[in-house]
Amino acid sequence: MNIVVLVKQVPDSGVDRNLRTDDNTVDRGSANNVINEMDEYAIEEALKIKEAHGGEVTILTMGPDQATESIRKALSMGPDKAVHVLDDALAGSCAVTTSKVLSAALGQLNADLVLCGAESTDGRVQVLPHMLAERLGVAALTGARKLTVDGSTLTIERQTEEGYEVITAETPAVVSVWDTINEPRYPSFKGIMAAKKKPVQTLPLGDLGVAPAEVGRAGATSAVLEHSKRPPRSSGTKVTDEGAGGTQLVEFLATEKFV
Amino acid sequence: VTLEMLTLARGLGTPSAVVLGGPGAAEALSAKLGEYGAAKIYAAESEEIDGYLVSPKATVLAELVARVQPAAVLLASAQEGKEIAARLAVKLDNGILTDVVALDADGTATQVVFAGSTIVKSKVTRGLPLVTVRPNSITPEPAAATPAVEQLTVSVPAADKLARVVNRVAEQKGSRPELTEASVVVSGGRGVGNADNFKFVEELADLLGGAVGASRAAVDSGYYPHQFQVGQTGKTVSPQLYIALGISGAIQHRAGMQTSKTIVAVNKDGEAPIFELADFGVVGDLFKVVPQTAEEIRKRR
Ligand SMILES: Cc1cc2nc3c(=O)[nH]c(=O)nc-3n(C[C@H](O)[C@H](O)[C@H](O)COP(=O)(O)OP(=O)(O)OC[C@H]3O[C@@H](n4cnc5c(N)ncnc54)[C@H](O)[C@@H]3O)c2cc1C
Ligand SMILES: Cc1cc2nc3c(=O)[nH]c(=O)nc-3n(C[C@H](O)[C@H](O)[C@H](O)COP(=O)(O)OP(=O)(O)OC[C@H]3O[C@@H](n4cnc5c(N)ncnc54)[C@H](O)[C@@H]3O)c2cc1C
Repeated sequence: MNIVVLVKQVPDSGVDRNLRTDDNTVDRGSANNVINEMDEYAIEEALKIKEAHGGEVTILTMGPDQATESIRKALSMGPDKAVHVLDDALAGSCAVTTSKVLSAALGQLNADLVLCGAESTDGRVQVLPHMLAERLGVAALTGARKLTVDGSTLTIERQTEEGYEVITAETPAVVSVWDTINEPRYPSFKGIMAAKKKPVQTLPLGDLGVAPAEVGRAGATSAVLEHSKRPPRSSGTKVTDEGAGGTQLVEFLATEKFV
Repeated sequence: VTLEMLTLARGLGTPSAVVLGGPGAAEALSAKLGEYGAAKIYAAESEEIDGYLVSPKATVLAELVARVQPAAVLLASAQEGKEIAARLAVKLDNGILTDVVALDADGTATQVVFAGSTIVKSKVTRGLPLVTVRPNSITPEPAAATPAVEQLTVSVPAADKLARVVNRVAEQKGSRPELTEASVVVSGGRGVGNADNFKFVEELADLLGGAVGASRAAVDSGYYPHQFQVGQTGKTVSPQLYIALGISGAIQHRAGMQTSKTIVAVNKDGEAPIFELADFGVVGDLFKVVPQTAEEIRKRR
């Protein structure tokens, strides 16, 4: 099975993140840039499918120069090669234009299965999988906590408010995964060394038949007008339990009328 | 969130509600929708529409939007709402804004991003404002209307039948309130130690009439099921009272609970970051503090 995994580089969600004051885009300079966490689960799932059914795993990233680091990191887990859509005109793209570019790239890669994270930790818009499927005219199975492959039939289980759903489709398809699906492997030393030699193809916009005016800030379908930091919550009373902590807690709840 | 959306929509014009579902779906909802100002209800009812993943719903909406040219389209910012909106955006070549918490008359939306640390004002610049609204963002206000119901004809084209729902399994709900809607949430973290000990968390939640939540570490360790996870990759809650037991307060956990009205924390580590946002914190062993708390609440009844 020919699998393409979408990987996005994002600012680490475990530390403070900021938007730039000049153009309201993500401040990548001050951030610790990492692979979007959910995408690691997508990579792991792709590798498991390859191990069971054979085939090839390709990483596809759209992002600035420094996204190369995340591509190498992704490759060190085990995928075969990578494609990097890289073009200065892409800066400031919205989700709609991002899906246009990624679907154009996918159009050249002939994937039976496109795997991606259910959402990115920065934008968190959770819309790319369905946007890509809509553009490519293929099925989307989203939010998978379990994926089974039986020949060309894909079946996922996904959690809902009420319980869970079982959904099925034939390849080609886009499948997005939650972090409940597997446990991503750590790159081995051998994997890290091998990743340095794996092919990474750089694709400029021109090769995708997408005009610069259709993407980036120029082509964006929405705009950020302004942003501000929310004032941090201030802390209140802190007591140390010396035998009466529970009682003190209830006294607080009583003054706030919760008991 | 539907009533919140109707309330928001009234700020932009005269709202209509669209009900997508099985036969009779609109009938069951029309009184409530009218109470909150729906002037019209479009009912797209079919046995088939729920049998496939979101595509049929997006197709119906795209046709409706093209015909009636609304001032804006609002959907719920949950998995399904975002997915329908995603396809709608591509079909209409229209911008989309997700996790919107407020919407001005001119279409300017407010989004809260980066784990709640940053507030963004944004606007759709191509097409109409297509937004998904985060639940519990505003207080719904009634405004009585008598909605006219228009039935839409639904036919599901083959292209929308690619992802077939073969089974929907309802999991048993206990008597506790829904996590995202509860006015009190009591959550346990890794500090709870094991699945059995979650009874301490449940007991306190039940005494306060609240829902039970869990940190990711607690979920990953198998102490509590995933659907109760609070945080960036779990649920966002905004109750009147949030109690964190044995939770350190990582940014990703705070992302899901820091807009709670009142926050209480119990943690044996006085330096735990959760105390930075707690209105009341107890530095201590939760296995001592929680039973005493429960005992004291019972005493006061
Ligand atoms: C704080 C913030 C808020 C934003 N809000 C909006 C908004 O409301 N509307 C809007 O149109 N745009 C928004 N954006 C821009 C949007 O995040 C980007 O256009 C982004 O590339 C696509 O959205 P996502 O990553 O959130 O997608 P999601 O749909 O959340 O991502 C799902 C998966 O798609 C894949 N993927 C996403 N981007 C790439 C990429 N560049 N290369 C490879 N794979 C990728 C990954 O596998 C990811 O796990 C926002 C950005 C930020 C930083
Ligand atoms: C991309 C990404 C997404 C994430 N999403 C989420 C998310 O949605 N939700 C989430 O919660 N986390 C999320 N995390 C994980 C997050 O970073 C933390 O690892 C997690 O929240 C820690 O959970 P915890 O506080 O229960 O555990 P710990 O950090 O281990 O804290 C346990 C706490 O319990 C205290 N304790 C121990 N024993 C006792 C006792 N007897 N009495 C009192 N206190 C005690 C300790 O002092 C400690 O502070 C995410 C991480 C990443 C990278």
